[in-house]
Amino acid sequence: MSTSAVEITGLNKWFKAFHVLKDINLTVARGERVVICGPSGSGKSTLIRCINGLERHQEGRLTVEGVELSEEIGQIEAVRANVGLVFQQFNLFPHLTVLENCTLAPMWVKRLPKREAETLAMKYLERVHIPEQALKYPGQLSGGQQQRVAIARALTMEPRIMLFDEPTSALDPEMIKEVLETMVELAETGMTMLVVTHEMGFARTVANRVVFMDEGEIVEIAPPEEFFTKPKSPRTKEFLSQILR
Amino acid sequence: MANAPTKASRPPPRAPLPGPIEWLRENLFSSWGNAALTVVALLILYWVVVPFVRWAFIDAAWTGTGRDDCLAFENGACWPFVSERIGQIIYGFYDVTERWRVDLTLIGLALGLLWLTMPGMPGKRPVGAVMVLAYPLIAFVLLAGGFGLEEVPTTRWGGLLMTLVVAFTGIVASLPLGILLALGRRSELPVVKGLSVAFIELWRGVPLVTVLFMAANMLPLFVGLSVNKLLAALIAVALFSSAYMAEVIRGGLQAIPKGQYEAAAAMGLSYWRSMAFVILPQALRLSLPNIVGNFIGLLKDTSLISIIGFFDLLGIVQAGATDPEWATPNTALTGYAFVGAVFWAMCFGMSRYATHLEGVLGAGGRR
Ligand SMILES: Nc1ncnc2c1ncn2[C@@H]1O[C@H](COP(=O)(O)OP(=O)(O)O)[C@@H](O)[C@H]1O
Ligand SMILES: [Mg+2]
Repeated sequence: MSTSAVEITGLNKWFKAFHVLKDINLTVARGERVVICGPSGSGKSTLIRCINGLERHQEGRLTVEGVELSEEIGQIEAVRANVGLVFQQFNLFPHLTVLENCTLAPMWVKRLPKREAETLAMKYLERVHIPEQALKYPGQLSGGQQQRVAIARALTMEPRIMLFDEPTSALDPEMIKEVLETMVELAETGMTMLVVTHEMGFARTVANRVVFMDEGEIVEIAPPEEFFTKPKSPRTKEFLSQILR
Repeated sequence: MANAPTKASRPPPRAPLPGPIEWLRENLFSSWGNAALTVVALLILYWVVVPFVRWAFIDAAWTGTGRDDCLAFENGACWPFVSERIGQIIYGFYDVTERWRVDLTLIGLALGLLWLTMPGMPGKRPVGAVMVLAYPLIAFVLLAGGFGLEEVPTTRWGGLLMTLVVAFTGIVASLPLGILLALGRRSELPVVKGLSVAFIELWRGVPLVTVLFMAANMLPLFVGLSVNKLLAALIAVALFSSAYMAEVIRGGLQAIPKGQYEAAAAMGLSYWRSMAFVILPQALRLSLPNIVGNFIGLLKDTSLISIIGFFDLLGIVQAGATDPEWATPNTALTGYAFVGAVFWAMCFGMSRYATHLEGVLGAGGRR
C-alpha cells in the first residue's frame, strides 16, 4: 500500500466551460500538513471539495487513502467517512444540539449504538475544549465555539485526513486564535491535514509545505521557510506582498 | 484609562404598570384616527354580534321534539332540530345498534391526538407510529366490519364520521406522499423529477370537485369493475392533497442553505439519511404554518364529497333541514350555524396547536 494520503495527478475540472482546476499535481504523505493559499477565486475550495467528492473532476487521477475517486465510484460515502471537512461557514445543524451534531455520523454512518457515539462525541468535544456546551444548540454559541464544534464533529468519524476550507475567515479576530490553537493541537497528534488559509503564522508553525494557487493552477510548492523568504514565482511574490503588507 | 474602575451593573428600570384607563388610552384612543377606528369597530360589533347573539341564544327555542316547538320562536334559532338529530349528525345512517363502533373509533382518535399533542406525554414516538400505521387499519375494520363484526356498507356512513374519515385519510396520506413528491421534484434524476412534476401539476390543475366526480363515476367505467365509491374518493382526496403538500414542503426545502446538504454529505451520510436527519426536520419546521394551513383547507374541503352522494357533516344537516317534520324558517340556519361552529372549533384547534408547536420547535435556537 502506498504511503501517501492523497495523490493527485494531472487533475482537470471545469464548471460548464470554465476551466477551474488546471493540471493539478499534488501528493500529500501520511501525517503531512499542507497549507494551500492563493487569491480568491483561484480554485482552492474546489480542489479541497474534490478530495472528498463534493465536486467531481473530469480528467486526471485522484486517489484518497488508496481509493481512486472516479466518475463511477459507487461508495463515495465510504471515502467521505475517511475524510473530515471543516467549512468556512461551520455548517452546523441548527436543529440539533452540539452533542447530537457530533453523534449523527457515528450513529448513522458507522452504526455505533447511541451510548458509544455519545462517549466518542464527548471525547472529541473535550479535545476541542468545549464539553460543557454539549447540550446547547449551535445558535447559542459564539463563532469560535461553533467552529470548534464543527472540528469535533468531523473528528468523531475518526477520519484519516482532515480538510479545512478557510476555517477562520468567518470569525471575529478574537476568536481566530482559539480555533487555530485547536488546529495546532490536532496537527500535533499526527493527523494528515490540508488547510486552505491565509493565516501565515499558522502556515509557518504547522505546515510541512505551502501550496500557492492562482487562476486554477498550482504555481509554487515549498516548505514554509523557503516559501515566505525566497518565493520563486513573481505571482507568489505579489500575493505575499499583498497579504503580509 | 487602564486603571478606571469598572462600573457595577444594575437591573434595568421597571416601567410602571399601566392601569385600565391608561391601557385604553394607549391602545384604543392614542390618536384621532385610532379613536375613529375603535368607534367604527364597536359599531360593527354592535350591528352584527348583538343580533346574532339574540337570534342564537336569547330568542331561540331550546327544547321540543318537532317543528311546532320551533315555530313559536320565529326570530330565534331552532336548537331542538340539532339535539333531536344529533345521532344522524354524528353517525349518518350508520346502524343504530352498531354506533358503539363509531364511538370507539372516534374515542381512539381523540385519545391518540391528545396523547400526541399534550406536552410532556411519554412515548410519543410509539404512539405516533400506532396512530399512523395501526390505527387506520383498526378503524377501518371497526367501521366497515369483518372479523366477526357485522358489515356496515360505506353508503350508510355519514355526518361527522364521514367528515373525519375523509379528513384523517387525507392528512395522514398527504404528508408522506407530499414529502416524497417534493424530494422527487428536486431530484437530479430526470425521470424521477419529470414524473413528480407531472403528477403535482396534474392534480393541482384540476378542481377537487372534478376529481371526486371522476373518481366516483368515471373510474368504474374505465377500470370496469365496481370500485367502492368511498375508497375511490379517499384515494382521490389523498392524491389531490399530496400534490399541494408537495409544493408547500418544496418551499421549505428551498429555504435550507446549500451548506447543510454539503455538511451532511461530507460526513458520509447517505441521501436518505441526510434528508431524514438534517434536511427534512428543518424544512418541515419552516413549512409548518403552511402545512397546517393545508390541513385546515383539506378539512373544510371534505364537504365537497356531497357532490358524489355522500352526506358529510354539512350534507346531513342540509338534508335534515328539508325534512317536513322540521321545516321552519330557522331550521336550516340553525343547522348551518352548528356546522360552522363545529368546523371552526376543529380548525381553530389545529391552528392553535400549530402556533404552540412553532414556539416549541423554534425554542432550539437558530443561527
Ligand atoms: N458550483 C460552481 N459553479 C460554477 N462556478 C463555480 C462554482 N463553484 C466555484 N465556481 C467558480 O470557480 C472559481 C474557483 O472557486 P473557488 O474554488 O471557490 O475559489 P477559492 O476557494 O480559491 O476562492 C471561482 O471563479 C468561482 O466563481
Ligand atoms: Mg474558497
